[in-house]
Amino acid sequence: MSPWLDLGISAGRAVLIWGVQLSLVPILIWFERKASAYMQDRTGPNRAHILGIRLAGVIHNIADVMKLFFKEDITPTMVHKFYYLLAPFVVMMISLMTFAVIPFADTLRLDDLTIPMQVFSPNAGVLWIFAIASYGVFGVIFAGWGANNKFSLLGGIRATAQLISYELTLGLSVVGLVMMHGSLELNRMVEDQGRLLFGFLPMWNVFLQPVACVLFITSVIAETNRNPFDLPEAESEIVGYHVEYSSMKFALFFMAEYANIVVAAALITTLFFGGWQVPFLSTDRLIEHAKPVLIGVLGSLALLSLVLLPAARKWSKTLKRLYTDARKVEADFWTVVLALQLVGALAAVAFVLSQDLGGFAPQIVAAAVQFLMFVTKVVFFSFFFIWIRWTVPRFRYDQLMNLGWKGMLPLAIANIFVTGVVLLVIDALKR
Amino acid sequence: MKIASPKLSFWERLYITEVWRGLALTFGQIVKNVFGQSAMPTVQWPEEPKSLPVRHRSRHRLTQREDGSPKCVACMCCETACPASCIHIVAEESPNPGIEKVAKVFEIDLLRCVFCGYCVEACPEDAIRMDTDDVLIVATRREDFIVGMDFLLHGKSFLEHQAPRAARAPSTGEPIAPPVDPDETEWEDGKPIERPQSPAGWRTSSKGV
Repeated sequence: MSPWLDLGISAGRAVLIWGVQLSLVPILIWFERKASAYMQDRTGPNRAHILGIRLAGVIHNIADVMKLFFKEDITPTMVHKFYYLLAPFVVMMISLMTFAVIPFADTLRLDDLTIPMQVFSPNAGVLWIFAIASYGVFGVIFAGWGANNKFSLLGGIRATAQLISYELTLGLSVVGLVMMHGSLELNRMVEDQGRLLFGFLPMWNVFLQPVACVLFITSVIAETNRNPFDLPEAESEIVGYHVEYSSMKFALFFMAEYANIVVAAALITTLFFGGWQVPFLSTDRLIEHAKPVLIGVLGSLALLSLVLLPAARKWSKTLKRLYTDARKVEADFWTVVLALQLVGALAAVAFVLSQDLGGFAPQIVAAAVQFLMFVTKVVFFSFFFIWIRWTVPRFRYDQLMNLGWKGMLPLAIANIFVTGVVLLVIDALKR
Repeated sequence: MKIASPKLSFWERLYITEVWRGLALTFGQIVKNVFGQSAMPTVQWPEEPKSLPVRHRSRHRLTQREDGSPKCVACMCCETACPASCIHIVAEESPNPGIEKVAKVFEIDLLRCVFCGYCVEACPEDAIRMDTDDVLIVATRREDFIVGMDFLLHGKSFLEHQAPRAARAPSTGEPIAPPVDPDETEWEDGKPIERPQSPAGWRTSSKGV
């Protein structure tokens, strides 16, 4: 294989996976605003628009970015400049680097060409994640201490204590999985989860290790500093480690929070919910039945637009009654988009039906479907983070430490012990 | 005071089940509100009109007799009752022999008004009411909030009244000079220089509230 092709493939994978991660950030911010609004009987952002197209409030993100770009970038005089400037980049870098080892589809095999669908595929991926993720605390500490502000220092100290406490549980909850799979390779773990349990249940680790799953999700929420563990930020008490940051430096922290959510959701997906595995459809079966699968995906797209078209028509009437400005055309715009989607999907179905999928097409279709499945799961678990945030109140500091050290850590150790015993028993029965 | 904390059952202390109940509740809210947008309490103001409560107090108006003359007899009751000193009345002799006085000038500073309704209660002639449903009292300069008798008798809405006035003087069409800050009173020989700030001679701090 020529080095240029290798380089091109690597760059393509990097662009694809980081593109997904970074483009999920504004979507999650939108989720956060809209979901919290609906939970509290509000409508959420619905005013900012471009030519009347509001995208249900997504345009507000663009307004936010414009605002943050044009704000004055203040560096207070008494800060430790090096650490102060370094901190936002560290926070963002760490979350991007963690994402590099997440497998987002099965290894693509095109004759003699084998492409692992990871940006970077070390054979100790789990260790890589813990190694890099534990650097995350540096960004917070640099920001908290470097800003030379009591409140940010308090936030930084709280963050350090919390992150170190919960990193233990985070690591120990995964040890059970490593024992079961006998591997630290993430793609291998995901491949193992493709089998069936009792013939009908996908063999996801959440069914085999439910306690580890709960512990992992809880401590990964603590690791991302999200409610109910958002003491480092605690906006009602101390504002937190990024209190002295303004303009795009603050925006980097803000983006890193959501990028971290995406990473955490990808980790939960990969370790416990079967990663890129489509339930009941292994890679071989996907390749074998590429044509019906592709038709199914395109058909559901067409079906979706068919369901949404009448709703858009109804909405159009409401808008025309309410507004006199550009916003009244919005529903018509969506009607056109949905109609185009319907026509496009139907045309694609017809094209696929007439064609015989030869060459590498089935493999690529399988990889695309797996990638879609992975992104769907990640989006769901990212939403889960937001969902938790607006449901559960924040822990008090002593409650946080009690839960971490007295509740979750012993449970994680007990889980390792039980897993070991069960594995030994199964081994003995097999012999 | 000692508050007895409720006794939690095992499942409640486990926390997980309670979190799931909470999650179910919030997700139920999302589903309810996404599919029942019209039932949500949010009013898309200003596109959707919001009805005011029956007993609300909005911008004042002066009532008229059947012949169209104002009912006000310039008794100064409202001006005396006003806790914000926002009413300014100048009286003159009435052409009608049955009535002693009428108002020559009747001005209300809406920026100063606290909408308490005491003027309405004080009025012996039912000449002033606060039932116009006009709550959009918006202007860009302080003196634009001072409304005179003509507007109080016949005006429909403050915004419509403001629209032409905002940029140009009503009589001459000249651009209005920037406002004089009433707090920056100029002094000469121990006495403030008298500078009328409205055509009728209204001075914001005349009463020294």
